[in-house]
Amino acid sequence: MAEIIIKNVAKEFATYQALSDINLTISDREFMVLLGASGCGKTTLLRIIAGLETATSGEVWIGGRRIDHLPPKDRGIAMVFQNYAVFPHMTVFENIGFGLRMQKQPQAVVEERVRRTASLMHIEQLLSRYSGELSGGQRQRVAVARALAMEPDVILMDEPLSNLDALLRLEMRAELKGVLAESKTTAIYVTHDQVEAMSLADRISVMNKGKIVQAASPIEVYRNPASEFVAGFIGNPPMNFLNAKKVSEGTWSVGGKEFSGPTHTADEIRFAIRPEDTRVTSDGIRALVRLVEPLGANLHVTCDVDGEMFRAVLDSDTVVNPGDILMLNPQLERIRWFDKASTLAI
Amino acid sequence: MSTVTLTNTSTSNAGKWVYRSAVLLLCAWVLVPIYLLFVNTLSSPEAVNSFPKSFTPAFDTESLEFFLGFSGMLNALLNSVYVAAITMVMSIVIGAPAGYALSRFDFRGKELFRMLILLTRAFPLPLLALPLAVMFIEVGLDDSILGLALVHTTLAIPFAVLITFSLFSGIPVELEEASWTLGCTRLSGFRHVVLPLILPGITASAIFAFVISWNEVFAAAVLTIENRTLTAFLLQNLDTSPLHLKFAGGFILVVPALIFIFAVRKYLFAMWGIANR
Repeated sequence: MAEIIIKNVAKEFATYQALSDINLTISDREFMVLLGASGCGKTTLLRIIAGLETATSGEVWIGGRRIDHLPPKDRGIAMVFQNYAVFPHMTVFENIGFGLRMQKQPQAVVEERVRRTASLMHIEQLLSRYSGELSGGQRQRVAVARALAMEPDVILMDEPLSNLDALLRLEMRAELKGVLAESKTTAIYVTHDQVEAMSLADRISVMNKGKIVQAASPIEVYRNPASEFVAGFIGNPPMNFLNAKKVSEGTWSVGGKEFSGPTHTADEIRFAIRPEDTRVTSDGIRALVRLVEPLGANLHVTCDVDGEMFRAVLDSDTVVNPGDILMLNPQLERIRWFDKASTLAI
Repeated sequence: MSTVTLTNTSTSNAGKWVYRSAVLLLCAWVLVPIYLLFVNTLSSPEAVNSFPKSFTPAFDTESLEFFLGFSGMLNALLNSVYVAAITMVMSIVIGAPAGYALSRFDFRGKELFRMLILLTRAFPLPLLALPLAVMFIEVGLDDSILGLALVHTTLAIPFAVLITFSLFSGIPVELEEASWTLGCTRLSGFRHVVLPLILPGITASAIFAFVISWNEVFAAAVLTIENRTLTAFLLQNLDTSPLHLKFAGGFILVVPALIFIFAVRKYLFAMWGIANR
């Protein structure tokens, strides 16, 4: 059992607050992704869990044991670094076996586990090479194998795919998911790539300015974002926001069309809809087309609704030109509402 | 149009010639004395003292034999080796941790510390040597190998710190961090990961410290009387010794320094290239 509990963790650097009031529970064998823009504190949080950084306050527990005062080696973790950190003066075999040797495992165990993890990562033919003789993708495989060979309770990954080229990243992403599911370890994965997060995670923690804004399953984060930040960060193109004016209690006017919505004290709130959840009909939100991008699978249309930008993903057969007026009808059950002042979901 | 091109070519041609002759001059500046030293050392004493001089070495070892047989010379040579060896060890033992700290930790006054390291070279040695001599007499370190090695260590440490600082900075901190997550302490991570990577550079830095001590003459001359190092011994006998002895002494001094510096040149360039960034 390697449940991770993070209690009230905060981190202050000399000039700024990197993390404040982080509370997160990650269950055993869960694949948790920390997602956020650079500088949001996700890597700092990962490094605090690894023991490479000390929290200013708060507690970290792994498997029922408080570990925030322990050195990295006693935490039952293994880490994969963004720039691989494969030891250049050791062969691939020695790299993968390094952690086991430090644990003073018998030679037979080292041999067996190195070969097993190497074949899992498809690098068994590279065992006698040095890292200088490997490509970026191969180095990343070595780094992952080295972490897995430790058979850790928790595996921590800091943007492990961001240095790879696009095609390789896709391939490694799928492979990582399979390998980690197999290994049955708890995983924490830091990334700024929302697609990576959506495809890998059991649960995503979206971070912004040193705080966790929302921690939920990928589909929940996508469908029911907790704040405008999450809605704008996840999804490409991101969620659309339009101003909604109160007509009467529970009825709101958006772009010249009335929708029934939540009851709220404010006179104006925000209406939100995903670009792919709109249809062109004869009656809907009046939108002036600015830009049409045919992407093959579908059609991205950027419009202007009452001075606000509105993007729609339409069927690729739709005939539309810049300057046209479209009547866009959102799928009613997909509409979300946000408070204007706090930007939180209503 | 064509005239402009023509002037341009002729100026660039002139520039090329100035450049070439400057390079040639500088090379000659360095190489000719070394060549003469080489020729004269390997000639018989008679040939050295006669005129005109030969410009090809005769490969006669009589001068060198005379040099080594000269009373006190072997002792001075040994002293030089001892002092340089102690200097080498001390400047690495003190300098390398300082280089590591500079590259890995942020601390208050780091920039000032780096500047102070360089500033130690700003004081002329003659200014320091006399008070040092007095102090050494008071504590009983005068005329001792250890005392001189201490002074040479202070001369060599700035370079040891700067070279090791640039070496440590060249090793990604993630490598160390990876070792910690794989079961190492800070110390064992250093031993298993950093040290093997840095060893060639440390060796270079040590050799450089050795050469600094080996070539140093002023402090050696002021602080030692009986236990002269080779440089101080040669200086002491400069006006009385025959020409071929001077050549042989110079040769013995120059050759190890040249060989060592040549062997570690890559790391010395790294010092100027990276550490001053």
